[in-house]
Amino acid sequence: MHSLFGNAAAVATGVFAAMRAKGRDTRVVAQAGDGGTVDIGLGPLSGMFERNDDVLFICYDNEAYMNTGVQRSGATPPAARTATTQAVGEHPGNVFGQGKDLPRIAMAHEIPYVATATVADLRDLEAKVEKAMAIRGARYIHVLVPCPLGWGSASKDTILLARLAQQSGLFPVFEAEFGEVTAVLPIRRRVPVTEYLQPQKRYAHLFGQTPDTETIERIQAQADRNLSRYHIDEVEI
Amino acid sequence: MRKQIEGSAAVAQAVALARPEVICAYPISPQTHIVEALSAIVKSGDLQPCEFVNVESEFAAMSVAIGASAAGARAYTATASQGLLFMVEAVYNASGLGLPIVMTVANRAIGAPINIWNDHSDSMSQRDSGWIQLYAEDNQEAVDLHIQAFKLAETVSLPVMVCMDGFILTHAVEEVEMPDQATVDAFLPAFEPRQVLDPAEPVSIGAMVGPEAFMEVRYLAHRRQMEALEVIPAIAAEYGAVTGRVRDGLISRYRLDDAEIVVVALGSVIGTLQDTVDALREQGVLVGVLGITSFRPFPLESVRDALAGARSVVVLEKALAVGIGGIVANNVRTAVAGLAIDVRTVIAGLGGRPILGESLAEMIRGVDDLDELTFLDLRTELVERELQRNRATRRSGPTAENLLRDVGAVGDPLSVRMPR
Amino acid sequence: MDKPFAITLDAGSSLANKTGSWRTERPLYLNSLPPCNDACPAGENIQGWLYEAEEGQYQRAWQLLVADNPFPAIMGRVCYHPCQTACNRAQLDQPVGINSVERFLGDVALQEGWQLPVEAVDSGKRVLVVGAGPSGLSAAYHLRRAGHHVVIHDAGPKSGGMMRFGIPSYRLPRDILDAEIQRILDAGVELHLDSPVTDVMAAKAEGGFDAVFVAVGAQVGKRAYVPAGESAKILDAVSLLRDMEGQQAPRLGRRVVVYGGGNTAMDAARTAKRLGAEEAIVVYRRTRDRMPAHDVEVQEALEEGVLIRWLSTIKDVDAGSMTVERMELDDSGFPQPTGEFEELEADSLVLALGQDTDLSLMQDVDGIEISDGVVHVDEGMMTGAEGIFAGGDMVPSERTVTVAVGHGKQAARNIDGWLRGIPFEHAPRPPLATFDRLNTWYYTDAPKTVRPTLDSARRVSTFDEVKQGLDEQTAVYEARRCLSCGNCFGCDNCFGVCPDNAVLKLPRGSAEGDNGRDYAFDLDYCKGCGICVSECPSGAIIMIPEA
Repeated sequence: MHSLFGNAAAVATGVFAAMRAKGRDTRVVAQAGDGGTVDIGLGPLSGMFERNDDVLFICYDNEAYMNTGVQRSGATPPAARTATTQAVGEHPGNVFGQGKDLPRIAMAHEIPYVATATVADLRDLEAKVEKAMAIRGARYIHVLVPCPLGWGSASKDTILLARLAQQSGLFPVFEAEFGEVTAVLPIRRRVPVTEYLQPQKRYAHLFGQTPDTETIERIQAQADRNLSRYHIDEVEI
Repeated sequence: MRKQIEGSAAVAQAVALARPEVICAYPISPQTHIVEALSAIVKSGDLQPCEFVNVESEFAAMSVAIGASAAGARAYTATASQGLLFMVEAVYNASGLGLPIVMTVANRAIGAPINIWNDHSDSMSQRDSGWIQLYAEDNQEAVDLHIQAFKLAETVSLPVMVCMDGFILTHAVEEVEMPDQATVDAFLPAFEPRQVLDPAEPVSIGAMVGPEAFMEVRYLAHRRQMEALEVIPAIAAEYGAVTGRVRDGLISRYRLDDAEIVVVALGSVIGTLQDTVDALREQGVLVGVLGITSFRPFPLESVRDALAGARSVVVLEKALAVGIGGIVANNVRTAVAGLAIDVRTVIAGLGGRPILGESLAEMIRGVDDLDELTFLDLRTELVERELQRNRATRRSGPTAENLLRDVGAVGDPLSVRMPR
Repeated sequence: MDKPFAITLDAGSSLANKTGSWRTERPLYLNSLPPCNDACPAGENIQGWLYEAEEGQYQRAWQLLVADNPFPAIMGRVCYHPCQTACNRAQLDQPVGINSVERFLGDVALQEGWQLPVEAVDSGKRVLVVGAGPSGLSAAYHLRRAGHHVVIHDAGPKSGGMMRFGIPSYRLPRDILDAEIQRILDAGVELHLDSPVTDVMAAKAEGGFDAVFVAVGAQVGKRAYVPAGESAKILDAVSLLRDMEGQQAPRLGRRVVVYGGGNTAMDAARTAKRLGAEEAIVVYRRTRDRMPAHDVEVQEALEEGVLIRWLSTIKDVDAGSMTVERMELDDSGFPQPTGEFEELEADSLVLALGQDTDLSLMQDVDGIEISDGVVHVDEGMMTGAEGIFAGGDMVPSERTVTVAVGHGKQAARNIDGWLRGIPFEHAPRPPLATFDRLNTWYYTDAPKTVRPTLDSARRVSTFDEVKQGLDEQTAVYEARRCLSCGNCFGCDNCFGVCPDNAVLKLPRGSAEGDNGRDYAFDLDYCKGCGICVSECPSGAIIMIPEA
């Protein structure tokens, strides 16, 4: 069912409440993009978390409003060019800020299960969905999904970029239960963030004739911080 | 059973008699007593099965109702004023999807300036939302309309808004005859959804519809409201048969038969008007009152019939279409188009301004001298002072603040003395 | 359900949006040639039988294997596995231990008594095979499978040729050799031992044969001239190894010198050690990197205590000692004498300087061209004489068991074609599945998330050097290390990553999809993004321009 942009979580709660009233065990999954999750839908989502309704909410995060022509969302990463954060001026691209880290916001609600995943590891994603469906209460899975159009990357590199996001440390893939991180996908082949950023035209302004090393270093620092924050191991295979 | 009961409590009990399966609400005055009472009824186990969902906003309240209704549950919520505006996107969505949700609107003004008292600005703003709108004259009718609203909604597959005047009705303790559960159960069968989210029979609800069919979707919605014009009286008659309280459903007529002057109104002011009419009739003024119960769909034919014999019609409105005037009056004019009837608009009671019988009587007596648009009991001295200030300084500013200063902190006879 | 007009739709209504119309390129499943298959002298479909083995389908794996090579248990012991040298996995971590999986399958087959299938209808044709070595036996087997009546004549007392008389039993146990040969005979091949053919044309006419395959091998040890005293004990390596199969072990003495640098030299030195020599010294005139012996053989010899004198030649030999001259490599890498001499104590000298063939049986046949001690054959393995084919060590090629087996197969196919009047034609070779076409991420990813037990598989991946057989578990895991280069192995990646659900998964093994795959592209919805190509682990999908 599609109702509105920002109300997927609340509609899901309604369906869940209906099922409970009717004594049925039909489970409810709600899905939204990053805008419908971290921006316009955050209120209902937070309410659903706080009530611990038996709903699995899945966010497909492509880091901007792609459908309407690549406008910035609360999930757009720093320095990324979008139609509303153009690569012009003194600080081209999106601003550096806290970013709206929805998985951690979800964890702050101490819901039974929070997980992140990328389209680069479908088996990991599948396992997390299965795990989530075995748990009752509010659950949240945040999936990174590259958008070739919005990121300015080749279609065929879609999975590759998702993989590099994780392998660079920029997108930590982990699981958390009741507010505590319980598992982290290790990084197998650590790559510098440049390997992830460079194939994307939304970061092209960082790699001009004189590369914007300061910005690149700030992005690298974010990746480094993720490694220590989530205790992400680098494993040799 | 007859009870001395607060309007909100009576409505809560009536809603519970209708056995909703999902109730969701976000508190806003003057709706709070209704949902408080329902929360107690659900939590105590008196109403089963039912889920009471405390949501984080009115937008979520309507969204939860949408989800619940789409999943085949009888769903109810209540709101008022800013709350109704906050859920507007979902209000339109519910009607667009044809989901038979019932919602109480405890009518209240809309800010700014902030005002918690009664008028009809909130529900009038949603007159084109595709919802059916019913207005209660008193708490007995509020109870009766809520029970009928579920049947109506589910019969025509449209959501129904039952509007009752905030504080004036919601907080007033009156004698109300409550139907018993068996009567309501016999009158209102279990919800058989027209469409339902069910994995066993998968459908996609809420598809995008392009130019190729959007007009038709809207036309069909209109058609359904037109059909409701027949369904509403039928349900009212059926309800009257089992409760003994027979109403037309679309309109209410009071001393119209020989009336030369008819006052048209919605909601609780009709009671005051009836008293006024009685007094004026004793003085020989041939006046009557036409109450509109169903504002959407608007009963053009019933209104035309009711007004056909009148010389002069006054539409008394608790809302203002800023920039033109009356809202209901426009609809009434459409109803009497071609008849030799003067239709005048009187705006009254905005933001809780009391509508005094005395003022009404004066207005009716002087009906022939009324401007086309009149503001009842408008404090012209306050307005004039502000207008003068504006002429002097030509600056935009907080008009409300200036007026309050002019009124004085306390002690004005018309000032704020409304129940919280 | 009384669905509202337009707003509520049946499931799948979005299928009306045919994203396939956006496409400018389309994907295509395409087999390409795995480097292992490409490198196998016997033409085995290695990737194919590894795939079956990894699924635990050992009999199917073995059947696929013996379709090309009837000696898996022998190959698993003596093949120098060029497949592993070519293996793409070597560029990732270490090559797949193909040889050891082959041995495992060969041994299982012997334990289980699986027989070689002969399903073809009897052709009524008779083929004479001269020589019961690897090449002759291989040809006989393939000809038999093609429905021909095959008779083998061998001059020796036992079958197997150089597999028996050239390879020591510590590398190839005789029960294994006997069993795999017997299986060919059980398939209906007739074998006559101690029956040398001295004139191939006469034998053909006498036996009423329609064709002949000659594979007499290279059995004659080369004798280089080394000045020697009368009491010096000099023998050749081939004779030494052959004598090992006799009743009495040869006597070599306490100190043995082997002269030469090939595999036979290593075998001779290691045999000498096993015969009790305290010292076995290989004298070779060049350096290790120029040595023709396979590295594994050299390594094992060194581990067993064989000594090697590099850059040395033997000048003369006398009883109990010999003179060795130190050599130097010139700019072209050729060894040049230095005039520096040294005495070496030795009781016997074994010459391992290569082997010659005895081609007297076809010396005078019209059209047969013999030069440099080998017979010349055309692409179809036929000599200049119509119906006379030849292969193995007696034709110009590398002299290994596997090459010989490959010759046998090639010859059999050509003989079969010749007999039937339909010349055999090789299927066109698909493009090589090179390393750069693989997406190796998925393989190294395997241990952690997909197949957690593969970690241990990786640790045991070098077992072939231990020369132990594999137990079932390790064999399966080793087979699973195969990258399946250029060939779909049903991993579902394309199915999973396709953003348009345009990869259709057909029933496993149905092969109804593109190019015989279990998948097909739904071109109504494939928008040609190429993700399936990028994410195919084995490089089995390509993009082609839309017509």
